[in-house]
Amino acid sequence: MGTVAVRSENLCRHYHMGETLIRAVDGVSLEVRAGEFVALLGSSGSGKSSMLNLIAGLDRPTSGTVVVQDRDLAKLSREELAKYRLHVVGMVFQSFNLIASMTLAENVELPLRFAEVDRGRRENLVGEALDRVGLRARKDHRPSELSGGEQQRAALARALINRPQLLLADEPTGNLDSHTGIEIMDLVREFNRQLGMTVVMVTHERALAERYAERMVFLADGKLTHELSNAPAGSLERQEHA
Amino acid sequence: MKLPDLTELALRNLRESVLRNSLTTIGISVGVASLVAMLSLGTGLQQMFSRRLAKSGLFDTIFVSSRRELRGMGREEERNGPAPGESRVLDEPARQEIERLPNVLEAYPDIRFVTELRFEDKPHLTMISALPSSAKSNDAFEGMQGSFFSSDMAAEVILQKSFAEELLGKTPPLGSPEPNVAELAQPLLGKELLMVYPQRAAAPPQTAPRPNEPASPDAPVGAAYSVISREQKLKIVGISDLDVESMRGPMRAKVFLPLKLAESLHVMQQTDLREVARAASGEPVYSSISVRVKNPTQVQAVEDALKKMGFTTLSILDASRSLQQVFRVLYAFLGIFGSLALIVASIGIVNTLVMAILERRREIGIIKAIGASDGDVMWLFFAEAGAMGILGGVVGVVFGWAIGQVINFGTNIYLKHQSLPPEHFWAVPWWLVVVAVAFAFAVSLVSGLYPAVRAARLDPVQALRYE
Repeated sequence: MGTVAVRSENLCRHYHMGETLIRAVDGVSLEVRAGEFVALLGSSGSGKSSMLNLIAGLDRPTSGTVVVQDRDLAKLSREELAKYRLHVVGMVFQSFNLIASMTLAENVELPLRFAEVDRGRRENLVGEALDRVGLRARKDHRPSELSGGEQQRAALARALINRPQLLLADEPTGNLDSHTGIEIMDLVREFNRQLGMTVVMVTHERALAERYAERMVFLADGKLTHELSNAPAGSLERQEHA
Repeated sequence: MKLPDLTELALRNLRESVLRNSLTTIGISVGVASLVAMLSLGTGLQQMFSRRLAKSGLFDTIFVSSRRELRGMGREEERNGPAPGESRVLDEPARQEIERLPNVLEAYPDIRFVTELRFEDKPHLTMISALPSSAKSNDAFEGMQGSFFSSDMAAEVILQKSFAEELLGKTPPLGSPEPNVAELAQPLLGKELLMVYPQRAAAPPQTAPRPNEPASPDAPVGAAYSVISREQKLKIVGISDLDVESMRGPMRAKVFLPLKLAESLHVMQQTDLREVARAASGEPVYSSISVRVKNPTQVQAVEDALKKMGFTTLSILDASRSLQQVFRVLYAFLGIFGSLALIVASIGIVNTLVMAILERRREIGIIKAIGASDGDVMWLFFAEAGAMGILGGVVGVVFGWAIGQVINFGTNIYLKHQSLPPEHFWAVPWWLVVVAVAFAFAVSLVSGLYPAVRAARLDPVQALRYE
């Protein structure tokens, strides 16, 4: 567990809003080990989502570097960044971001289409992924016919369909009641432990972070303020697994 | 992304806002329909004209004569071409050889002579010419009363209406209204005429060749022929409505005989005087031959082949060339007007797709976040534009075809009311179908270019923030 999955050095993301310069991320240096579960904490506007977007390759840094699985994201072309998002990263969002016109199965299948996986194999992979999140029975439903928890589980299935090493979650429980939120987080932890996926989660709920994350990184005004190691619930269980 | 996935996703997206995309597609189909309609009209008119011209025998016929006929006329071809003595004689073997040339429909000799016709014991001197059986389809005989010759050897005759008047003894004064053919036909059809004509027959050599006639090397010296007066009964089977002054070639005569019959009569002709030596051999020598070509466009090639054989040719090719030019211009004109509607429709595509980008902004952000490349997004929009183009193209072709049928139908009702024969002036050739659909596809892709590039360039972070 010593290898580094994500490393940022003096990472900055500045942008202009009218006349004012916004320093969304302002010189953050951070390391996440492979297989680690890290929570990025901070109030709104602290830069935690911007940080996540930089790691996800959705945005490019103004300065500094962000290296994920030995790829310097700032140096990748647009095409290479898309490939990186497709194969290395899985993302879940607060608002689920499923495509409303597609059924669950089609939503989960979508990354496989971009990855040009054969049609025959796709069906099996989608079935497996939906099994993993317990939604096979609902595969032909559209997102609007499902509860928030079910939608987020479908989004998780979509995020892991291409077997990425890194799962990025942006307030995954923000739109869910606490009970459903715990269900989703249990799933995320399962991916982390059973599949060995590195997880970086953005949240403003400290309680949630304490319950699941191994490390809490606090951001304010785009800067890293402090870090805390944490012993999440069930960590003993984890050691047994390892 | 693979093509089947691309197509599937594009069609799914099109179905999502069915009304807007249908309206855009209808716009394209109207554009394609107008293009197809315009070009079909052009093609149809061209086909109609070439049909008419082919029927008139003006553009698909080449007149062939031997250079010997041009002797002493000082024409340029003669000076440049082979000497008269070397050029081919226009006899039966030559005619058969001409008929075997590619694209030649038939080659028949022009037989024309002036002789006496007796009707009810009154003599009438007139010009007679022979017609091949193919002349039946010639539109010169459209308004004919009675029928065409029953066979190529039938002892039958068709009269031109002014000669029919003459036979009935009621030549109208100049400027009077045209005589009614049906009225003229009544007392004449089925009646008999007696033709008195000079027959040319081979005779034993008695006289030396005339001094002004060069001796043909292959003809026996002293060859000659005799002329015998003969009679032939002919039945009147038709009275034609055509106006002699507007016709040319064999049509200029006032009385027509079947070709084979005329040939078998061996009527003495003008040329016999010149080809005196050859005529004596019993083989006919023709003054000229009419060659009918399958298609007016092949006239040039056949003419060249004939010239190579050593004959002099004449056709109305130049006229048909300028006609082709006129049609080319007409075509371009109709094409430009037709595509105008398609150009307008293409703006509709741009509009629809730009709207779709705004509407699906978040969706574009999502698919980019889960790994779609700029290219994937671009091709997706391209595919949507292309699908609308192909769909609109196909519907438009059907549309255009239907418009053509309706207009054709309507015009023919009008023509019928005017007691004119129906015309088929609307034609949708297969290449037009292919070109129209391909053009619609190409135009829609060009229209999709800007929206597709714009969609591909969307910043995923901003797109995801968009609600």
